[in-house]
Amino acid sequence: MDLIRMKGVHKRYKNGVTAIHDLDLKIAKGDFVFIIGSTGCGKSTLIKMLYREEKPTSGKIIVGGIDVAKLRNGKVYKLRRKLGVVFQDFKLLNRSTVYENVAFALEVFGLPKSEIHSKVIKTLELVGLKHKAKNYPTELSGGEQQRVAIARAIVNGPKLLICDEPTGNLDESTSMEIMAVLEAINEMGTTLIMVTHDTEIVDKMKKRVILLDSGRIVKDYEKGTYRHESI
Amino acid sequence: MKAFRILTRNIRDAFKSVFRNFSLSLASISCITITLIVVALAIILSENVNNFATLVEKDVTIVVFLDRDITEEEISDVEDSINILDNVESVTFQDKMSISKEMMESSAVFENILGNYTEEENPIQDTFLVKVNEIEHIKKTADQIKEIDKVSVVKYGEGMVEQLVSIFDIVKKVSIGMVVALIIVTAFLISNTIKITIFSRKREIEIMRLVGASNINIKIPFLFEGLFLGMFGSIIPILATVYGYVALYNGFNGQLFSPFIQLIKPEPFIYIISIILLVIGILVGMFGSWRAVKKHLKI
Repeated sequence: MDLIRMKGVHKRYKNGVTAIHDLDLKIAKGDFVFIIGSTGCGKSTLIKMLYREEKPTSGKIIVGGIDVAKLRNGKVYKLRRKLGVVFQDFKLLNRSTVYENVAFALEVFGLPKSEIHSKVIKTLELVGLKHKAKNYPTELSGGEQQRVAIARAIVNGPKLLICDEPTGNLDESTSMEIMAVLEAINEMGTTLIMVTHDTEIVDKMKKRVILLDSGRIVKDYEKGTYRHESI
Repeated sequence: MKAFRILTRNIRDAFKSVFRNFSLSLASISCITITLIVVALAIILSENVNNFATLVEKDVTIVVFLDRDITEEEISDVEDSINILDNVESVTFQDKMSISKEMMESSAVFENILGNYTEEENPIQDTFLVKVNEIEHIKKTADQIKEIDKVSVVKYGEGMVEQLVSIFDIVKKVSIGMVVALIIVTAFLISNTIKITIFSRKREIEIMRLVGASNINIKIPFLFEGLFLGMFGSIIPILATVYGYVALYNGFNGQLFSPFIQLIKPEPFIYIISIILLVIGILVGMFGSWRAVKKHLKI
């Protein structure tokens, strides 16, 4: 069963740059996929279209049964509730505590306080940050901040987790910690798509690797590594 | 239950963020405060002018002099004919004997002159004092009364009344226009101030969208925040109105320069203005937030 289906997707920005050329892609439920490629190859555009930050110029994108290309602005929240997104710069609210940052994602659903509490604590435990619940993001290390961002992205149990260079700002050992957390999440059944430049990580994880070049998929390996590529 | 939970959370968060972004909130609050003070002054001024105008208008009376040979029956006929006119509020009859008695009591000169006449020779005429509902139409009413049989002369201070009417009319229109213009200007001013406040929280809105908050979910906390800003912004203007107006009223003994110009009594006037200020503050704050946050939702 495919969670994501892209067919004939084309993206041309208003400034005339074409980021994605006629792209077809299928990602199965429970997959762990790396998207790699040089800067400007269209990686970011590709995943931005998945969570409807960008709209394709033409083509069809289905994510978890939702026709993303046809989704109106006012309905984007319906898609966003089914997936989580993690960024390189964490995007945390610095004036809210770790607990509040994670709870934020549940509060918009109007869940009862007790349910929010138990889910947040459980998720913080999963990423190993239960003891920092009352701290503010600025008091945490980069790796810890990223784990908070991951907790926020998965707290409502999404089917899909999209990670845009989640280890881009972190050192090697911290990156591996993050990858361990992500792998654990994937093993629980969440489909995971990760854009990265980090060759070490891709080589160690041995997951599906999709190589993009100039907006086209040039290679797609099951259990691939970065070393195959001369980029 | 779910809607209630979302609502209470929104109110709590809005309250929190007023204080978390205190410096910018303070900018919005002081903007609301300053403009509401000006609005309060404009309302107090225009209401007092209106009040004065109404008092003067109430005093304007049409005096209807009746023919000397009028019989009692005819007098009641005339009264009926006046009463059925649209614009007539009240009709009071004064017979010539009571008028002359009143005049003789009021001064020795009148007493001398009028004392020389017997009851039958009394030079004073029976009169009706007619008060009208709408002073703007006093001329028409006076003309209609003039047509009635047995009415000899009709007086209402022609010329002077028309001038007063037109002056008050202008003052009323100008003051209403001023208040409305001020409210509109305030709304946009506050909207821009709140825009700056919200611009600094673009990230917050972006994250809210990211975690699946619907547009309405995002707007509501900001609306409540605007409501709180408006509420806080109206505190000082309300206090200034309540204490300031009472002090002014007491300081002038309820009248400005002469007993002719009466100020409006502080109660319930100040409370009505307070409510108006609070409502304007809240509406303008909410409008400002709505306008400002709308811009960031067009992604």
